[in-house]
Amino acid sequence: MYEHDVIVVGAGGAGLRAAIAAHEEGADVAIVSKLHPVRSHTGAAEGGINAALREGDSWEDHAYDTMKGSDYLADAPAAETLCKDSPKETIKLEHWGMAFSRDDDGRVSQRPFGGLSFPRTTYAGAETGHQLLHTMYEQLVKRGIKVYDEWHVTRLAVSDEEKPEDRNCHGIVAYDVQTGQVEGFRARNGVILATGGLGQVYDHTTNAVANTGDGVAMAYRAGAPMEDMEFIQFHPTTLPSTGVLITEGVRGEGGILYNENGERFMFEYGYANNLGELASRDVVSRAELTEVNEGRGIEDEYVHLDMRHLGEERIIDRLENIVHLSEDFEGVNPLEAPMPVKPGQHYAMGGIETDENGETCISGLYAAGECACASVHGGNRLGGNALPELIVFGKRAGHHAAGKDMEEAEITTGKVGDYELGEVDSPVELGEAGIGEDAVADGGTAADAGASVSGVDLVQRAVEDERETIDTLLEREDGIQQAEIRERVQKSMTRNVNVFREESALKDALRDIREARELYQDVFVADKSRTFNTDLLQTLETRNILDIAEAITLGALARNEFRGAHWRKEYQERRDEEWLKHTMLSWNDGRPELWYKPVILEGEDKTYEPKVRSY
Amino acid sequence: MSTQVPESVEEESTTETASAGKQKRDAKKRERAERVQEQREAEAAEKARSADDTFHLKVFRYDPEVPEKQEPRFDDFHVPYKQGMTVLDALMWARDHYDSSLTFRHSCRQAICGSDALFVNGSQRLGCKTQLSDLSEPIRVEPLPHADVVKDLVVDMEHFYDQMESVEPYFQTNSLPDGELDEQRQTRENREKVKMSTRCIWCSACMSSCNIAAGDNEYLGPAAINKAYRFAMDEREGEDMKQRRLEILEQEHGVWRCQTQFSCTEVCPKDIPLTEHIQELKREAIKNNLKFW
Ligand SMILES: Cc1cc2nc3c(=O)[nH]c(=O)nc-3n(C[C@H](O)[C@H](O)[C@H](O)COP(=O)(O)OP(=O)(O)OC[C@H]3O[C@@H](n4cnc5c(N)ncnc54)[C@H](O)[C@@H]3O)c2cc1C
Ligand code: SF4
Ligand code: FES
Repeated sequence: MYEHDVIVVGAGGAGLRAAIAAHEEGADVAIVSKLHPVRSHTGAAEGGINAALREGDSWEDHAYDTMKGSDYLADAPAAETLCKDSPKETIKLEHWGMAFSRDDDGRVSQRPFGGLSFPRTTYAGAETGHQLLHTMYEQLVKRGIKVYDEWHVTRLAVSDEEKPEDRNCHGIVAYDVQTGQVEGFRARNGVILATGGLGQVYDHTTNAVANTGDGVAMAYRAGAPMEDMEFIQFHPTTLPSTGVLITEGVRGEGGILYNENGERFMFEYGYANNLGELASRDVVSRAELTEVNEGRGIEDEYVHLDMRHLGEERIIDRLENIVHLSEDFEGVNPLEAPMPVKPGQHYAMGGIETDENGETCISGLYAAGECACASVHGGNRLGGNALPELIVFGKRAGHHAAGKDMEEAEITTGKVGDYELGEVDSPVELGEAGIGEDAVADGGTAADAGASVSGVDLVQRAVEDERETIDTLLEREDGIQQAEIRERVQKSMTRNVNVFREESALKDALRDIREARELYQDVFVADKSRTFNTDLLQTLETRNILDIAEAITLGALARNEFRGAHWRKEYQERRDEEWLKHTMLSWNDGRPELWYKPVILEGEDKTYEPKVRSY
Repeated sequence: MSTQVPESVEEESTTETASAGKQKRDAKKRERAERVQEQREAEAAEKARSADDTFHLKVFRYDPEVPEKQEPRFDDFHVPYKQGMTVLDALMWARDHYDSSLTFRHSCRQAICGSDALFVNGSQRLGCKTQLSDLSEPIRVEPLPHADVVKDLVVDMEHFYDQMESVEPYFQTNSLPDGELDEQRQTRENREKVKMSTRCIWCSACMSSCNIAAGDNEYLGPAAINKAYRFAMDEREGEDMKQRRLEILEQEHGVWRCQTQFSCTEVCPKDIPLTEHIQELKREAIKNNLKFW
């Protein structure tokens, strides 16, 4: 067993920032990551980091835009924290040497982005994420922080008191990809989950293959609720054949969207008469699909994004990477022709419920980055607001886990205070079905409830359980392969739980997921080797995909309104009287339990009154 | 006691029926599993047969643990072709439909994570960035040369990481501005100068293609030297630090080992002018009157 004060799971922007922060506080911190840090998906981020840095801008304006963009489902204390901390965290990156694009006076450049009232998106060409990830990894090397890379974390070691709010997280169990060895990692102070996105729940996504939502699913099964999972962001400009992202920066710089008739449809058909292409992502995604559905799409599938009029010099200066992406992955040279684009899954607004300090309702368990939901994005994330989330909340979680005194959080976590139970009309039985028959909480078995067990023992027991699961998988001689199960779920999600949602399709998705769960009982791993067994790892990931797909669909079915990215055919209005609340799902004896908690619209010195969103 | 007898009898009989039921269920499940699996295989075979185009890949296989796979060999895969398909797509298809034990690293599918550098038809390339239609068949896919093979197409990257980390690959400066909101100004020209060098994705293609690195295990190699270039040329680090960086680069296994064969520059998927950067550092070193090995 390995032992550290703080263990960070994941080495993308959030994980690296958390580790550096914990180290700053003097903690013995280690990162455990299934990919080497520089392979993390943060490297793919293109557009930029929002930070109110300039005269004429303010964190208050940034917070206002964020609350409006969220369609009033973000919690004001979290959104304000994000906007207040972002400028100094962004400049910290600059102090660490990050190669930002520069203005003539040598300061970092900023550009306009969708839904922002000021051009406050700081960037490094169209490769902001790459520069950020590498800069932060360099700082990790500088500090000599220990990284266990290519270790796949498979479960959390959490005690099993009846109520999640009484539980403690003592560590994790991970699988050494190179050798096949399963080991425990005890965390004396805390575990920080920074496992990133869950795009692999869909088959057309901008996300990496590694983004299978592991952290969210593990935390959920250990008792931390998932929050607002139905809010999935679809990015309006992804390349049709691969899902590779064309940054919003293209529209920020003045790129134009055209339909098959060559019409600038954002204006022509009144989707966003003021902001046009720069309306927020949900608005543009729906506009594109409406064009396609009404027969004005190109090849019945996509629309055109044109940036030729910006001129080669400006394109190469600010968007060079886009030229390569479009050429390499779509065969189109955007200096000569418009790029084909369509919406694709891009970002999960929901995730593990945390407060502004990154803490979940389970003591010692933290989450930051895309896997977390401190609720800064609500119903819809503004472009350029995820990277600041990594550095702001990564840092806070790192400090808190290392024992630094933090201000008391205003957001509450877990089932305390003002919550109400929910109900949803599901056509099939939900949840349950792991490998084999039983589905207990990851912390241990119910028989141990109440017995006091030391942290080390708890981790050890979780390790033994995991070894057994893995042995079972490897011993099975036949059955169904994970690729089949994964593909079914991904296809069904894309077909049924996409930009446009309706009740019957959502129910179909739940049936498909149920069927996939049943198939999963017979999943087997054909590769029997202990060395670099990606078959086994994908099989473990597929379990997470199942739990997450179900959560997204269930939340979408329950939410009878239209808010942010969540469009419902039967309900074409935002219904504030009933729905200014977060959808929460807790793992209750192997089944999702639905409940709600109110949104916090009161900020530090003002309340964000819900207004109609018009662009 | 007496009350317990019927209870345990009942228990037994329920477990009996339960186990009979379970057996039935298990049999059913097995049947279903077989059916689903067969269907999938049939569909894959059909797809491969009916595709207008299939691509023939010869893929290197090796697994130190499985006796039948210890002897390195090439497996043939015929993959149905779709417009825009890359080498990585083909490998994924082969893995998902033919042989789930086929092993390779990959993640982003967009040439930014650097994990799928492979040796394809005799040169180092990113699988995700290489179109099948640009290659002649059969397409040979092998692990990167000059590195230990862990399994199939996966190589051990430790040595590469060690070299990268040996050049103090982090920003160091003595002149940080006082305010936490004040930037260190950098001219556009200077950012332009280091821009290409910052694009490295640590894929190791360059290292694998370099004859000198293959013969001299201690040679820093093109990627690590490029990383040092990124900082040495950044005006924000200042002159003293530049001096120190040049000293690191001037060591016995540093820049002077490079024989300008250009193979690194040729294979770099991010078009970093590696050889040029190495040459420029040599010139800087001379200007600084440093040691000459
Ligand atoms: C193509 C693209 C472009 C984007 N552009 C922008 C942008 O311009 N601006 C912006 O603000 N946002 C952008 N976003 C969103 C933003 O980049 C992501 O939300 C963010 O990078 C996620 O960072 P992270 O640290 O949470 O996770 P990641 O960077 O995805 O890192 C996850 C880490 O967790 C590890 N991990 C996962 N599961 C396990 C496990 N089971 N065991 C061990 N380790 C595990 C992985 O190895 C990895 O190190 C973009 C996203 C995409 C996909
Ligand atoms: S310099 Fe180029 S080839 Fe070498 S590791 Fe970096 S990206 Fe790969
Ligand atoms: S898969 Fe990331 S570089 Fe190819």
